[in-house]
Amino acid sequence: MQLQAVSKRFGEHTAVETITLAIAPGEFFSLLGPSGCGKTTTLRIVAGFEMPSAGNVFLHGVEITARPAHLREIGMVFQHYALFPHLSVFENVAFPLRLRRTQAAEIQQRVSQALEMVRLPGLAARMPTQLSGGQQQRVALARALVFHPGVVLLDEPLGALDLKLRKAMQLELKTLQREIGLTFVYVTHDQEEALTMSDRIAVMERGRVLQVGDPRSIYERPASRFVADFIGVSNFLSGRVREAGVEAAIELDGGGMVRAERPADVTVGQTVTVAVRPERMRLEGTPADTTVGPDRAWNALPGVIRELVYTGSDTQYFVELGGSGAVMVRVPNDAPLEGRRPPRRGDQVRVRWEVGSTAILIA
Amino acid sequence: MRDRAWPLPAYYFALLALLYLPLVILLVFAFNSGTILVFPLKGLTLRWFGQLFATEALMRSLRNSLLVAAGSSLVATVLATCGAIAFVRFRFKGKGLFITVALLPLYVPFVVLGVALLLLFSTLGIPRSLLTIGAAHSVVALPYAMLIVTARLVGFDPHLEEAAMSLGANYWHTLRRVILPLIAPAIVAAWLTAFTVSFDEFAIANLLVGREPTLPVYLYSQLRMTARLPLVVAMAAVVMVGTLSIFLALIWLRRVVVRTPASAAGATSALTARA
Repeated sequence: MQLQAVSKRFGEHTAVETITLAIAPGEFFSLLGPSGCGKTTTLRIVAGFEMPSAGNVFLHGVEITARPAHLREIGMVFQHYALFPHLSVFENVAFPLRLRRTQAAEIQQRVSQALEMVRLPGLAARMPTQLSGGQQQRVALARALVFHPGVVLLDEPLGALDLKLRKAMQLELKTLQREIGLTFVYVTHDQEEALTMSDRIAVMERGRVLQVGDPRSIYERPASRFVADFIGVSNFLSGRVREAGVEAAIELDGGGMVRAERPADVTVGQTVTVAVRPERMRLEGTPADTTVGPDRAWNALPGVIRELVYTGSDTQYFVELGGSGAVMVRVPNDAPLEGRRPPRRGDQVRVRWEVGSTAILIA
Repeated sequence: MRDRAWPLPAYYFALLALLYLPLVILLVFAFNSGTILVFPLKGLTLRWFGQLFATEALMRSLRNSLLVAAGSSLVATVLATCGAIAFVRFRFKGKGLFITVALLPLYVPFVVLGVALLLLFSTLGIPRSLLTIGAAHSVVALPYAMLIVTARLVGFDPHLEEAAMSLGANYWHTLRRVILPLIAPAIVAAWLTAFTVSFDEFAIANLLVGREPTLPVYLYSQLRMTARLPLVVAMAAVVMVGTLSIFLALIWLRRVVVRTPASAAGATSALTARA
């Protein structure tokens, strides 16, 4: 599926601005972003419920921009399931097949198959109102799959479920998608969900696509401050570029030098933001300090622990780095203490992290 | 604290009695064997009910009323359903004007509307008849029907139609298999309301009547003849019971229409507006 320079305006407001995406067959592709970023509008354009103000949509190489929704052979799963309340589970799933005038025997077989696939074998006779949220969502999925569409669109389908169920369904959806080999286009505002399930993610903000990539590159190499901030947690320090060779050296606002692998377009004197993930940082000298190699391989900054938070699996240290700002250091609680006392509030420490874990952000 | 509240229920029941006493008296006099409406009753009889069926003119007017009510309610309901679906689901210019015009008959006194239509028909050279009454009743009943169906549609998940379309249903299929089945109770309620509105409507029918009167018009014309009075009373009693049973059927239907608070509020307000 391809979107070429697709835009959508509602009167004065531009919901989607010149979006170009290419989604490969069999891919689990997510549109991720905060509310109002245009991800649902984009999905609706693909589904055929909205006409783009500009741009084209292609499916299997064929242009479908003007094709009405009911002729697109695309399955869709909605956040609140949209099951037909006056039809039983069986009839709900059979609905697309009856429209296509499938024979009764084949309908019976395919509906049972679809219900088996979503792990709801015995519930065919029930009415939607008699099912739990998770079950309703599975019926909605079965209904969207039963007519063998090439692409399935999912609009925050797990949003209405409680946390535990959501996590379980995330894995199920991922497994199902891989088993059948369908292309999924998934809309969510939950970055953890997107990272868990997707082959590739498009991060969107205010109608634009900021970055497209697989979860690892989006997380480790965010292209902008927004992406770094939206995905996971990041520490941000601002400073000015002093050297721009193979590595860049940045002088932070409060003094202190930081080195990073230099991205292509950084010049001396430029004001930049340095971003480091909390889990990449360690406190020097503590048992959990895993930064190894010669001094030049890591950055170190002195600071004072202002606060620490124990979260069970790890401990978060909030360290103030002189005039350069504060960072959060996330340390797993797996290192044995070996007789040393753990860091406390008020301790003077040095925060270390590997140079390779430093990202430079311009915007 | 309870003492201060007691006048209120007493007041309420007194009011109810005041409202419904005339109807009860009417029912009582339907069984009176005397021809003068005075207490004490002369005797109890079912004679008048029997005579009802013998009076040809009366039966004809009843038939006319039923025809007009059936025809106008059908037209009003079909139009109202189309209008409600268009209003709730589609985007088009002039929606505000559309709904204002559709609901206008609610604010125009029936007599005014009757006179206006009378002028219109005579200008166009259309003779007055049951057809003209039926047309007028369609107009009058339309807003009630539309409110009822709209209320149901508003409480309806809009994604259901999109889901149907994503599964391959064009708009016609979506209407037939998803929308209409789900608003069917509301359509029936709208139809019954329109029927009731038409059946005992008097002002317009009186102005637009041709050679064939509707029941209320006929009954009114008989009031001058004191000998006919018990017949009129009996007929009125029958109509009252008939209308009451339709109303009860509506209330029963309301329990089916009510799926969401929105549709309950809408249907209730529409029904109470009628009463």
